[in-house]
Amino acid sequence: MGNPPKSKRDYQEIDENLRRVFDEVVNEGVPDRFADLLGKLKRGETPVKSSEGDE
Amino acid sequence: MVSDSAKAPQKSPEDELIEHLPAMRAFALSLTRNSAQADDLVQDTVVKAWTNFDKFQVGTNLRAWLFTILRNTFYSNRRKAKREVPDVDGVFAAGLAEKPSHDGRLQMNDFMRAFDKLPVEQREALLLVGASGFSYEEAAETCGVAIGTIKSRANRGRKALAELLHLRDDEELELTDRATMAVLSASGSSSV
Repeated sequence: MGNPPKSKRDYQEIDENLRRVFDEVVNEGVPDRFADLLGKLKRGETPVKSSEGDE
Repeated sequence: MVSDSAKAPQKSPEDELIEHLPAMRAFALSLTRNSAQADDLVQDTVVKAWTNFDKFQVGTNLRAWLFTILRNTFYSNRRKAKREVPDVDGVFAAGLAEKPSHDGRLQMNDFMRAFDKLPVEQREALLLVGASGFSYEEAAETCGVAIGTIKSRANRGRKALAELLHLRDDEELELTDRATMAVLSASGSSSV
């Protein structure tokens, strides 16, 4: 009776863990290749895409 | 130096893009489960976004716009590659230091191993809604499905994770352990 629904509590815990993992990846930063890529794009150079575009 | 930026009340999407790269990378990792593929996916997304910024409405949600491109690129690459079994390297789990959550109940590696087992629809719903704080509405728009669909995918994902991690048994297990310990210490028994 007095027990809180466990699934609700579990789901909160799962979301907390998801956020923790997400934050860790986000806080890792990004590899240097993305700074290079943005630099090329800003200079108007067309970088090689890792897959073929549609247009 | 300040040029025309003083006049501009908002950053251009070109300048704002860089702030979204880490989140895009996390989303890409949750889709591909492979760090090399994730970075390629982010690169393709950046290039596509860059050449399509004229279609982006300044003042609307850039992050959702970028995530939509990333997601579409992922599915379109996957269709082209016709690769049903992705090359999972468990990077979400492997990249993380092994440390228990605040109450020590959940190991992050176990958690991410379980996450990697979920179907992609549930992984993306959980990443968007559970991890990166998208509203159900934003997530639904990003995935091009109804809000109810996102809700049910996220909840199925949470349920599957809870089952994979046996979260629901925790309380009983703890109680049982305590009861068992009491019995064992009282009786002096050494075997289970």
